[in-house]
Amino acid sequence: MSVVKVSNLSKSFGGIKAVTDVSLEVGKGEIIGLIGPNGAGKTTFFNLLTGIYLPTDGEIEYDLNAKVLSKDFKPHRMTQYGVARTFQNIRLFNKMTVLDNCLIGFHNGMTYGVASSLFRLPSYFTGESETREKALKLLEKFDLLDKKDILATNLPYGDQRRLEIARALAADPKLLLLDEPAAGMNPKETAELMELIKWIREQFDLTIILIEHDMSLVMNICERICVFDYGHLIANGNPDEIQHNARVIKAYLGEEAN
Amino acid sequence: MKAFNKNNIIQIIILVAIIIIGNVLVSVGIIDSYIELNIVLIGINIILAVSLNLIVGFTGLFSLGHAAFMSIGAYTSAVLTRNFNSPFIFAILMSGLVASLAGILIGIPTLRLKGDYLAIATLGFGEIVRVLALNNDYIGGAIGFNDIPQYTNWNYTFIMVVLTVVLISNFVKSSHGRACISIRENEIASEAMGINTTFYKVLAFAIGAFFAGIAGSLYANYFYFIKPDSFGFMKSIDILVMVVFGGLGSIPGSIIGALSLTVISTLLQSIPDLRMVIYAVILFLIMLFRPQGIMGDTEFRLLNKKEVKHNVSSKGK
Repeated sequence: MSVVKVSNLSKSFGGIKAVTDVSLEVGKGEIIGLIGPNGAGKTTFFNLLTGIYLPTDGEIEYDLNAKVLSKDFKPHRMTQYGVARTFQNIRLFNKMTVLDNCLIGFHNGMTYGVASSLFRLPSYFTGESETREKALKLLEKFDLLDKKDILATNLPYGDQRRLEIARALAADPKLLLLDEPAAGMNPKETAELMELIKWIREQFDLTIILIEHDMSLVMNICERICVFDYGHLIANGNPDEIQHNARVIKAYLGEEAN
Repeated sequence: MKAFNKNNIIQIIILVAIIIIGNVLVSVGIIDSYIELNIVLIGINIILAVSLNLIVGFTGLFSLGHAAFMSIGAYTSAVLTRNFNSPFIFAILMSGLVASLAGILIGIPTLRLKGDYLAIATLGFGEIVRVLALNNDYIGGAIGFNDIPQYTNWNYTFIMVVLTVVLISNFVKSSHGRACISIRENEIASEAMGINTTFYKVLAFAIGAFFAGIAGSLYANYFYFIKPDSFGFMKSIDILVMVVFGGLGSIPGSIIGALSLTVISTLLQSIPDLRMVIYAVILFLIMLFRPQGIMGDTEFRLLNKKEVKHNVSSKGK
């Protein structure tokens, strides 16, 4: 059963075609890796998936919480549709505590209105304490519980990456998009991250699409890899196939001179 | 967390006691009209500073048009109480609502702007309101609006200040308030986490404008007389200075900022020649040695204590 269906997707900025005619289906529970040289259109593809850009052509269809087409995409509605993401350059709320960062993730689950927050009606107290408990549990799973009152900006780099993933999971997504989760990590941290990604997929019943340049991570945990080059999807297959694909090798290493 | 615990009851008792003590002092004559004038001014400035802090400090929208909302509130209240003889409490409420409506109307088109651009747009809005008031004969035009009944007193001022501080700190401590802070911290991420950033920016603007309108109403019904020029660009800057002086994103900071700057400028009235020079030097020194403002971004200690207690109890579960 496919949860994401991308058909003939294109996006151009003026004369530049950032993504051209990409078609892709993602099954439930898969971990998909997007790789490709810099400027290949991977992040643009992510931004299309999360409604930051609207496609010039083609369509994206989600079948997560309900069926949604890309014409209804708005960045702030994506979590309702069951899609959450992290960013290439970490985007935490720096001057907020770890706990507050996590609580923002639960924002859509909050049921009390503005009036009850102003006047502290009973629904405020029940809503707040329930959510707080959920957030603390989530932080505990991510080993961040003892750091919950620290400002996000003061966390070590690896913890910031983990907090960003925790915050995304707080929105209760079915599809998680990770943009270069291992960027700037040392091999040990990367190994831990691999375990974490595998673990959250089981724990939270997720489908994951990730962009990554670290081949050890991609080859290790992705069941399927999609290779982008100049906006085209040039290959789509399991790690073994990708490693021996002539077009992929050409895209990364160039062609032999004749 | 409970709606009514021991802390809340003690707080309410303290507030009621302050109101009563104030009334006694007024009737005995210890608070004479000069002191009362300054207390009302301080109260109005606290309301203005705290409400602007919600917009600038918490939501991160750099607004230079706060005096315009005050002006809208002041004129609404003046018209209602003088021309329609409406009760003051109704006039206060309407002033807030009309100012808030203006905030929503101006917010929807301008809040897509960021930083300096938003500042210029709100500055323009402030000037538009001022010029409209100057050219409207019904509200007195450039001559000003006279003979407004004087209703504002210690009770109204104190209650409105407490309401403003309590409601805005409640808002900031809720998930809606956190959404506003997250917009200040990182708008793209906050949108990706499902926060409708346009809605929350307009909401912060509307709430801020509401209380500015109330401040305007208190002002109009204290000074008998208002004119468009009292709510110009310089007034907006004055309020902004109080917020920055006290600390962006700190409600106690705004209170201290409004209090100390009002007192300082009153005390300096005895030396009119040097008044603005000394005022400027104080601001300069504060910004030089404490650029984050007097209070930085600290919250009420009382609230923080409660937080810590709560966290400990939830750990035990």
